Amino acid sequence: MYQALTVEEAVALIPDGASVMLSGFMGVGTPDRMVAALAAAGKTGLTVIVNDAARPDRGVGPLVKARCLRKFIGSHIGLNPDVQEQMRAGELEVELVPQGTLVERIRAAGVGLGGVLTPTGLGTKVAEGKRVIEVEGKPYLLEPPLAADFALIAARSCDYVGNLTYMLTATNFNPIMALAGRVVIAEPEEIVPVGMIPPDAVKTPGALVDHVIRRVA
Amino acid sequence: MTETGKMDPKELIARRCAAEVKPHTLVNLGIGIPTLVSDHLDEGMGVFFQAENGVVGMGRRPPEGMSDRHLTDAGGSFVSAVPGASTIDSAFSFGLIRGGHLDLTVLGGLQVDGRGFLANWMIPGVYVPGMGGAMDLVTGAKRVIVAMIHAAKDGTPKIVPECTLPLTAERRVDLIVTEMAVIRPEQDGLHLIETAPGVTVGEVRAATGAALIVTGDVPAMDLTRTC
Repeated sequence: MYQALTVEEAVALIPDGASVMLSGFMGVGTPDRMVAALAAAGKTGLTVIVNDAARPDRGVGPLVKARCLRKFIGSHIGLNPDVQEQMRAGELEVELVPQGTLVERIRAAGVGLGGVLTPTGLGTKVAEGKRVIEVEGKPYLLEPPLAADFALIAARSCDYVGNLTYMLTATNFNPIMALAGRVVIAEPEEIVPVGMIPPDAVKTPGALVDHVIRRVA
Repeated sequence: MTETGKMDPKELIARRCAAEVKPHTLVNLGIGIPTLVSDHLDEGMGVFFQAENGVVGMGRRPPEGMSDRHLTDAGGSFVSAVPGASTIDSAFSFGLIRGGHLDLTVLGGLQVDGRGFLANWMIPGVYVPGMGGAMDLVTGAKRVIVAMIHAAKDGTPKIVPECTLPLTAERRVDLIVTEMAVIRPEQDGLHLIETAPGVTVGEVRAATGAALIVTGDVPAMDLTRTC
């Protein structure tokens, strides 16, 4: 059984300069309490791997606004002017990755694969400096695996052994990132006794989860 | 269809794109004009709309106060789900897209060129939104339709001999639908296959930077048709 951490205890585990996977899509399925606590703790130099920059007040937005990031790795930054501004000023490094490639690079790291061969990006800027490998007569880009020191996960339910469920489109990157963080911290909306989550409903087995955040009192 | 001459350009594009959607298919609609396409389709057609963020069977925006913050489209707006819908994680979602399981995607565009290549994810030095799922969609969907206003706001052609903006994919798109014309890119170039009601071939040519191939009479768009 876990000793659930307060959100402050959890973010204290994350040092300045760490690489952090943050789940969510336009802020849906993002662990918002951990984001707020990281911003409040004044973390600096973080590399964040996240699908999109959402909006200034959503998803990774508060971390950008609080200037916690050194590098952003994701697929879309169009709706967050803070990212555009910090990128233009040279304060924030941005690596844009096609969304399907991003999730597969994360998955590759999480499942022990040496990378991904994908047709996405061939003949575009994304292919610059990358190896093209031909398999059965078709060309593919070789994309390396992408791991992180921490994966911050937003779950719907968590039981006492850390089994997680997700809800609807708040699932998105969560189950994939839960495989790829060296330390996995789950922020569930509810914590339930073991047995409440049927085995078939578990999307992330508790064996992958290192820490669980206490629910809001 | 005289009244269509006054139809809102985006509405006209969406309506013409809707005629390309076949029953019982899996379809992904991009943000902007493409989102409007579903307004012109009969819900009984058995079309399932997929969104990159992980829903197959996305439905319309729910009534005010009935939305669920765990259920949104790829733009982050609240949606509903139709009977028979399913939800999936991002790896599965892009597996559907890249794996050739998606019958059609309708996307916006910044430029399309004479080869039928699309650019829609950045204007270097001006605006860098990022590609999101667009590169995977254009690479993997069985059919790609670009739905866009024919020319830029300052009148500069968006259909050009060769894209000057970074490409989304090295794939020839299947159809370009604008408020002026329907254009089909093929091996030998861009074929003008329909004009909007009240628009002449000459007007389309004048607003287009790339050469257009015209074979015989070009019919007007039929905006009453659905598949």
